[in-house]
Amino acid sequence: MATPTATPSDRIEERDGDVTYIRTDKDLPPVAIIDRSPITTRHKIIFGIIALLGAIAWAIIAFFRGETVNAVWFVIAAICTYVIGFRFYARLIEMKIVRPRDETATPAELFENATDYMPTDRRVLYGHHFAAIAGAGPLVGPVLAMQMGYLPGTIWIIIGAVFAGCVQDYLVLSISVRRRGRSLGQMARDELGAIGGAAAIVGVLVIMVILLAVLALVVVGALAESPWGVFSIAMTIPIAIFMGIYLRFLRPGRVSEVSLIGVVLLLLAVISGGWVAETSWGADWFTLSKVTLSWCIIIYGFSASVLPVWLLLAPRDYLSTFMKVGTIGLLAIGILVARPIMEAPAISQFATKGTGPVFAGSLFPFLFITIACGALSGFHALISSGTTPKLLEKESQMRLIGYGGMLTESFVAIMALITAAIINQHLYFTMNAPAAQTGSTAQTAAEYVNGLGLSGAPTTPAEITEAAQSVGEKSIVSRTGGAPTLAFGMSEVLHQVFGGTSFKAFWYHFAIMFEALFILTTVDAGTRVARFMLSDGLGNLGGPLKKLQNPSWRVGAWICSVIVVAAWGGILLMGVTDPLGGINTLFPLFGIANQLLAAIALTVVTVVVVKRGLVKWAWIPAIPLFWDLIVTLTASWQKIFSADPKLGYWKQHSICQAAQSAGKLCLSAKTPADVDKIVRNTFIQGTLSIVFASVVVIVFIAGVMVVLNALRGSGRPLTEDEPVPSRIFAPSGLIPTKTEREVQKQWDALPKSPARSVGTGAH
Amino acid sequence: MGRAAEIARQISWYWGSLMGDNHYRRYVEHRHRSHPGEAVMSEREYWRMRHDATESNPNPRCC
Repeated sequence: MATPTATPSDRIEERDGDVTYIRTDKDLPPVAIIDRSPITTRHKIIFGIIALLGAIAWAIIAFFRGETVNAVWFVIAAICTYVIGFRFYARLIEMKIVRPRDETATPAELFENATDYMPTDRRVLYGHHFAAIAGAGPLVGPVLAMQMGYLPGTIWIIIGAVFAGCVQDYLVLSISVRRRGRSLGQMARDELGAIGGAAAIVGVLVIMVILLAVLALVVVGALAESPWGVFSIAMTIPIAIFMGIYLRFLRPGRVSEVSLIGVVLLLLAVISGGWVAETSWGADWFTLSKVTLSWCIIIYGFSASVLPVWLLLAPRDYLSTFMKVGTIGLLAIGILVARPIMEAPAISQFATKGTGPVFAGSLFPFLFITIACGALSGFHALISSGTTPKLLEKESQMRLIGYGGMLTESFVAIMALITAAIINQHLYFTMNAPAAQTGSTAQTAAEYVNGLGLSGAPTTPAEITEAAQSVGEKSIVSRTGGAPTLAFGMSEVLHQVFGGTSFKAFWYHFAIMFEALFILTTVDAGTRVARFMLSDGLGNLGGPLKKLQNPSWRVGAWICSVIVVAAWGGILLMGVTDPLGGINTLFPLFGIANQLLAAIALTVVTVVVVKRGLVKWAWIPAIPLFWDLIVTLTASWQKIFSADPKLGYWKQHSICQAAQSAGKLCLSAKTPADVDKIVRNTFIQGTLSIVFASVVVIVFIAGVMVVLNALRGSGRPLTEDEPVPSRIFAPSGLIPTKTEREVQKQWDALPKSPARSVGTGAH
Repeated sequence: MGRAAEIARQISWYWGSLMGDNHYRRYVEHRHRSHPGEAVMSEREYWRMRHDATESNPNPRCC
């Protein structure tokens, strides 16, 4: 690609009171506006009221006892905190660190080719970015974390997003934009040097594998022994293929049209799933065990990564985007209209004792890794670098897209938390405790949850069976993974607003279907992305492996796909057959992996901030970095070294190894084969924990060295690109200011403006 | 009435841009602007090219 050079242009500044207009061409209207006007009294009052309202909502959530708390207070607390965070903290970061230069062309303007590089309207890009970062993660984590009560999760999701997650997404986006949209791995190599960079790339790949495995495990947990769920999800494959063929051969480019048809077919699939599950052949064909389902997903993941993109991946992605925006809107309306009441306690007994059945470990550090997406998610760094920078029109829009996009995801997590908190506590633990504890029948599950000492009236087996029947399932005992619980809560909310009691089963399976759809979209796209990372990484080793970097070499693509799928598929199978329960041992690894990726991203960001000479403001990325390191390394430490057999992988390993050689049973193993499995699984999990933690420590140490060198003034130079003057204009925030509207008018008035990026704005 | 039509137009513009309906139009405009007089791909070819590009440069989707 030809690199446009920085032509010596006439930069013209005009000042008009507090507003400075910058032109890069004397014949064109301004391309940038710098507005230094102080905050108006009206705004002061408005933000004052918002802050006050938020404080009241927080006080009610945190201190109101005795009475039950209404879900609406959570929504108010969240939104008010987001508004204040976005207006003041994000603005501080913008002024002190990001320092956007709108007179400089973004990668999208510079390399515009109307395919991957394309200046995109900020509101559209916000939608794209949100669809790319949000998925099942923010929906599942808060559900599992509900075992500790609603308060810790609420605080972490909202405050964590404002001070950690949004900061990471925003700053990664900002440094990638100044580097032509380079990926996190490439930036790590450029800024941290060879060793730090290599560790970061290996880390990203390994972490990706565990993410895919655990997400697939969530799907398996949601679909196992549920013919209705399996049928509706299975139907998404022919629907996607139909959409792909339609777009390729019948009506290319009619994306909304085909997505709408796809969604209608999907709804039909969910409805007809109920009929199919009732027939004897339907129940026969679609009642699949966890192991069979895992194999189906493994085969699917492999096919999706080697089949042409247009046939399966692209149409499924359209469907997923459509459903994401639609369903999340639906849930928000449902919560506001139904205004449900919390059933969960503010802080449960398991928060302090750390003996909860859903995931092991105490509140610190395990709550902060169970809720990863929604508060701080390292995976977002892969999207904020790479994809989004190539579509960004103006640097000043990064606050809306990077920071604002993550706020929206945090809001999704809050809605998931509400949905889990309104479920009867006994039912919650019936669904989420592993089968080893509940014994898998309504009778044993009722005995087990009644023994937990939960608040509220004890449950009966009949109530559990009735709850299952109300959503069209035979059993809801030990439907672990978070997805079934969320679906159950969603059906509680949505049936009150749309359709009444007879729609409960529909909404349950609708929710299961869209969660599985998101996850399978992540799994197929992720497998492909990981495959390219692997072939690229192996290719860098040189020699005969260099051939792998050629994307048209099919054999290489197949080999790398097999390796990636085998890696996550192996962990998935290990999870579903795990005698210790699967999700509760693997989910912490998922959280740790995601948060360690965030540590890598925040290290790179902090290094760049220090190198730019902004040491005074380095605390902005450094605080979330240190918090994240403390949380994840403590969690890793406990997972590796804890002597508590509920927590430490190696402790479990040594207990079962001793039992194995003595020919006895151990922990929750019921047969000698179970003992062998535990010995093997804990070895793999323990090794992975060590690998993750070491990789991140290496990256962090590399970062510290670079920072020290930079402070001494002897470091490597920054790798930012030369600025090229911009020749387009676009407003910064969601709603254009008065001055922005005036400048926009000048641009619109140009006769067939030669330089203007057309088609990106509503006109 | 005029206002309702305007809002409907805005929504359909937003949705079309988000999903990709007007990407081809945007491409045509881009070609006319940056390479005037040169041949432009048909819509079918354009989408083939787009999908081929994602083939080797997939967009990650988060969790």
